[in-house]
Amino acid sequence: MPVMEYIEAIRTAMKEEMERDSRVFVMGEDVGLKGGVFGTTKGLQQQFGELRSIDTPLAESAIAGVAIGAAMAGMRPIAEMQYSDFMFPATNQIISEAAKIRYRSNNDFDCPLVIRAPIGGGIFGGLYHSQCPESVFFGTPGLKIVAPATAYDAKGLLLSAIRDPDPVLFFENKKCYRLIADNVPEGEYTVPIGKSNVMREGTDITVIGYSMPLHFAMQAAEELSREEGVEAHILDLRTIQPLDREGILEAAARTGKVLIVHEDNKTGGVGAEVAAMISEELLYDLDAPIRRLCAPDVPAMPINPPGEKHYLLNKDKLKAAMLDLAKF
Amino acid sequence: MTQTNSVTNDTRHAALGLTDERVVQMYEKMMLARRFDERGQLLQRAGKVNFHISGITQEPSQVAMAFAMDKEKDWFLPYYRDYAFVLSVGMTVKELMLSLFAKAEDPNSAGRQMPGHFGCKRLRIVTGSSPVTTQVPHAVGFALTAKMRGESSVSIVSFGEGSSNQGDFHEGCNFAGVMKLPVIFVCQNNGYAISIPFSKQSAGKISDRALGYGFPGIRVDGNDPFEVYRVFREAHERALAGEGPTLIEIMTYRVTPHSTSDNDMAYRTKEEVDAHRAKDSLPAFRSYLESVGLWSEEKEQELQANIRKELDEATEYGERAPYQAVEDAFRYVYAEDAEAGEVR
Repeated sequence: MPVMEYIEAIRTAMKEEMERDSRVFVMGEDVGLKGGVFGTTKGLQQQFGELRSIDTPLAESAIAGVAIGAAMAGMRPIAEMQYSDFMFPATNQIISEAAKIRYRSNNDFDCPLVIRAPIGGGIFGGLYHSQCPESVFFGTPGLKIVAPATAYDAKGLLLSAIRDPDPVLFFENKKCYRLIADNVPEGEYTVPIGKSNVMREGTDITVIGYSMPLHFAMQAAEELSREEGVEAHILDLRTIQPLDREGILEAAARTGKVLIVHEDNKTGGVGAEVAAMISEELLYDLDAPIRRLCAPDVPAMPINPPGEKHYLLNKDKLKAAMLDLAKF
Repeated sequence: MTQTNSVTNDTRHAALGLTDERVVQMYEKMMLARRFDERGQLLQRAGKVNFHISGITQEPSQVAMAFAMDKEKDWFLPYYRDYAFVLSVGMTVKELMLSLFAKAEDPNSAGRQMPGHFGCKRLRIVTGSSPVTTQVPHAVGFALTAKMRGESSVSIVSFGEGSSNQGDFHEGCNFAGVMKLPVIFVCQNNGYAISIPFSKQSAGKISDRALGYGFPGIRVDGNDPFEVYRVFREAHERALAGEGPTLIEIMTYRVTPHSTSDNDMAYRTKEEVDAHRAKDSLPAFRSYLESVGLWSEEKEQELQANIRKELDEATEYGERAPYQAVEDAFRYVYAEDAEAGEVR
């Protein structure tokens, strides 16, 4: 199995689906000739032409809204938001329209649409090239939201998202693009939406998260295993809406000590819902209060290096929180 | 039916390519929409339904624009006053009543949405919502799809003059202009966005905005349905010829309050409303039909009797029909058949 970068896995998924299905096309700012500001759509316009890799005007609500129209008309659009920080002008189209089209028409219309948006910091992007906006959309019935941490999941989840009959927000982590590479099988495979994945088996503490911070958790877990004999059980949610209730409860029950991690800020984040789910069902299985390690509740991360480092999670922060929980 | 005049193209409708039969149908649809609308208001005032929103005086132009479209191939994205439009493309009074009474059999939303929120795939009417103007980029998406597939299909999208200030109007127009897409943008300028007069919405003409997006913008008198039909035919031909979008601003006037929840006397005078009511082009259309020998008092009485009967039956049906079961609240949040997206 070839080792593939996370960004290459995303590009491969789009390319293969566009080859397979003539309804699939990509649209967004700079996605065509340039191939995207990160290079995610590189080569697609050369292979599929200007009408299937569309360089759109700089207007995010139109990118989402036109894609929604095309989806209702029977196409399979992949709309790219250049940075998730810039998708807020499209929020009305996503929440008022895409999420409600099937419901409000009593199943007469559907909206099989993928909106891809890079999330996360660590690239000195400052306040507006670093945000994690998932909590804005989380809790909107009608939307599905995925956020892969590995190249394998990025490709498999994107295939599932493109083939899904409902709108899917695909939050790809820009820090993962070239930092994360893993085994990606050639050809077609899907990772089901709504299913979490155990990244590491363990008996002492459970770490639940999604996207980039899981890699810090994995690194911390290896060190804690070597140095402290602490074995962490790590669950990658992969899909944050709908949450994999069964997978979450099973992982929490495994150790009775739960740490939830995400790069989005703490208040009102996905972690709050995961914690509530566990406390509703598993109170008597818990051996410690549920903990959350997230970004601080400030508007966004600064560009100055100490400020960015302070905002972001890293291996050492994870290690300290995991050890502290293990010792509870 | 009298067939004189039209073969020689010396009537106004024949000169536009409208047969005698079609022009009579136009009048019948205008009147049907008017009577439905009046019944809707009555039912709300009688406490039978919770809400009604009216399109009275806008019917002649709505019928004219619908008659210029291709019911088999085009896509329709109406706004909430477009009763005459949706009736003209095939929705029935019974279906509108089911929507007004919010009943399960309502094809628009099974009684989930407020009345005036149209949507029916069978009739190529695209589902709409309440946050205004979101439908404009959707129409562009339908037009983009037609272009990608090489289909001879035009999308037409309505909105009010207040809505034309939303970003989605500008973003949609610009996108369609850049890609020369087959879409007709229709601003039904009825002078008021709830209480705000046009003078407080815009310092210019809505139709002039098309200039900035690189396609024609036309302002047309909504009280002249023949002229409305003519400009829509032209826009439709341009779209099919690959010449891109057209923006059409229909000048009309909202004689009713914004909705049954509004008291318009708080912001305008009865004299102003009455002056506009006097310009109603529905009686004028009847006079035209009479002048070319296509209509008579007898025919009028027969039409009114038929409409009355249709409305009475539809009202009774709508009132008696069951609501969607509350248990069905959880249906269609997502596709119920996981493979639904793959088999289309």
